[in-house]
Amino acid sequence: MSHSHNKNEILSHELPATPLDPKIKAERDAKIQVAMMGLCGCWGCTLSFLDMDERILGLLDKVAITRSSFTDVKRIPHRCTIGFVEGGVANSENIEILEEYRENCDILISVGACAVWGGVPAMRNVVPLEECFVEAYVESPTAVPGAKKVIPFHEDLPIITTKVLPLHEVVKIDYFIPGCPPDGDAIIKVLDDFVHGRGFDLPTEMNRYD
Amino acid sequence: MSIKLTIDGKEVHARSGENIIDVASQNGVYIPSLCYVKGKPCLGTCRTCSVKVNGRVMAACTMPVADGMEIEVNDDAEIVDMRKALVELLFSEGNHNCPSCEKSGRCELQATGYEVDMMVSRFPYRFTPRVVDHASKTVFLQRDRCIFCQRCVDMVRDERTGKKIFSIKGRGTHSSIEIDAELANDMTPQQVRYASDLCPVGCIIDKTQGYDDPIGQRKFEIKSIKDRALEKEHR
Ligand code: SF4
Ligand code: SF4
Ligand code: SF4
Ligand code: FES
Repeated sequence: MSHSHNKNEILSHELPATPLDPKIKAERDAKIQVAMMGLCGCWGCTLSFLDMDERILGLLDKVAITRSSFTDVKRIPHRCTIGFVEGGVANSENIEILEEYRENCDILISVGACAVWGGVPAMRNVVPLEECFVEAYVESPTAVPGAKKVIPFHEDLPIITTKVLPLHEVVKIDYFIPGCPPDGDAIIKVLDDFVHGRGFDLPTEMNRYD
Repeated sequence: MSIKLTIDGKEVHARSGENIIDVASQNGVYIPSLCYVKGKPCLGTCRTCSVKVNGRVMAACTMPVADGMEIEVNDDAEIVDMRKALVELLFSEGNHNCPSCEKSGRCELQATGYEVDMMVSRFPYRFTPRVVDHASKTVFLQRDRCIFCQRCVDMVRDERTGKKIFSIKGRGTHSSIEIDAELANDMTPQQVRYASDLCPVGCIIDKTQGYDDPIGQRKFEIKSIKDRALEKEHR
């Protein structure tokens, strides 16, 4: 499915905009393109991406950050060298975005417990989906009294997957950074190593599952 | 009797009768282990301590050293990966959501995951539903996290009658850790703490204990499981 042609959907990088100065654009395009995408997570891992803090400045002559919490565009506008992903797969939209992202990234890295194995959202995996819906929408303790009980269903709404899936069960994932969330230190270590051609190496003392 | 053997090609001396785990750590070589408790009879349930002895895979905690043995711990890529796979298996067999676990930072499974450099499990995560057992007044069983090491089954007994308080019911995928709630209610606070500390994971939880230590100051953050295992030997 082509994402830019969904009905009523315009992606932010397709909106009318003043073209970038050709010289700046050429310089930016020559850099290593890095992106971070969020699927079914809490944005905590994306915050850890921000926790690279000023350390990212030292890399900016080599790296251009396309989609991330720094930029807030919905999809990556062009091919990426390194793609980080937070969150697992919990609905059909997550699958579409992930598949497109995989096609457009040379290296794809699962960041955080949700991406690595499902994480907090996967706590629903031990409960049948039907019961989850009933709890959330029909028997919801916080429902407005007297309100009509509906389980939302519409062609524009993503379809919820039966179970929350780790990313590597949907597409090929090259590397994993566990943690909930991992520290900014772990993310900058991995990024810095790739930028300097050293390959993936998350040392034991930086590995954590919580 | 003093004997000679090699660990990863290095010659070491040991007393016969000692097991491979202990001899290795006396010589600065850490072998991951999850069911073995030093000084207690071996359970041999987890196989995390697998090493090659004269080319054959053996559980290091159950195997006494012998003269001329050639032991491979870290020199052999296959055995290193086999231990890692065993740890990964435990993570995908249970439900291990470390961020919501009282034992996180004090958990031997988690700490061992770090030592074997596990980032993800190569096996599919199973998400088997397991029921929490709250019946006893002193502890609850968070069955999602049990690795069936049997430490509690063998080493925690009613102080009056000597009866077992914990047991494993069923076999294979139907196994489940059970507690005799009446006997458990009679456990002293010391025994409760002993049982919950003895459990290598966050399955036996002392009802009076929560997320007591702040992140960064938890047991295995202060000192890794590997350093602790080696230090015990050098003392
Ligand atoms: S791994 Fe933890 S911090 Fe990261 S998205 Fe999931 S819940 Fe949030
Ligand atoms: S028992 Fe250990 S590995 Fe399992 S969730 Fe708790 S801290 Fe994590
Ligand atoms: S409850 Fe803990 S000590 Fe007992 S068998 Fe399970 S993991 Fe081992
Ligand atoms: S430590 Fe040897 S089998 Fe568990």
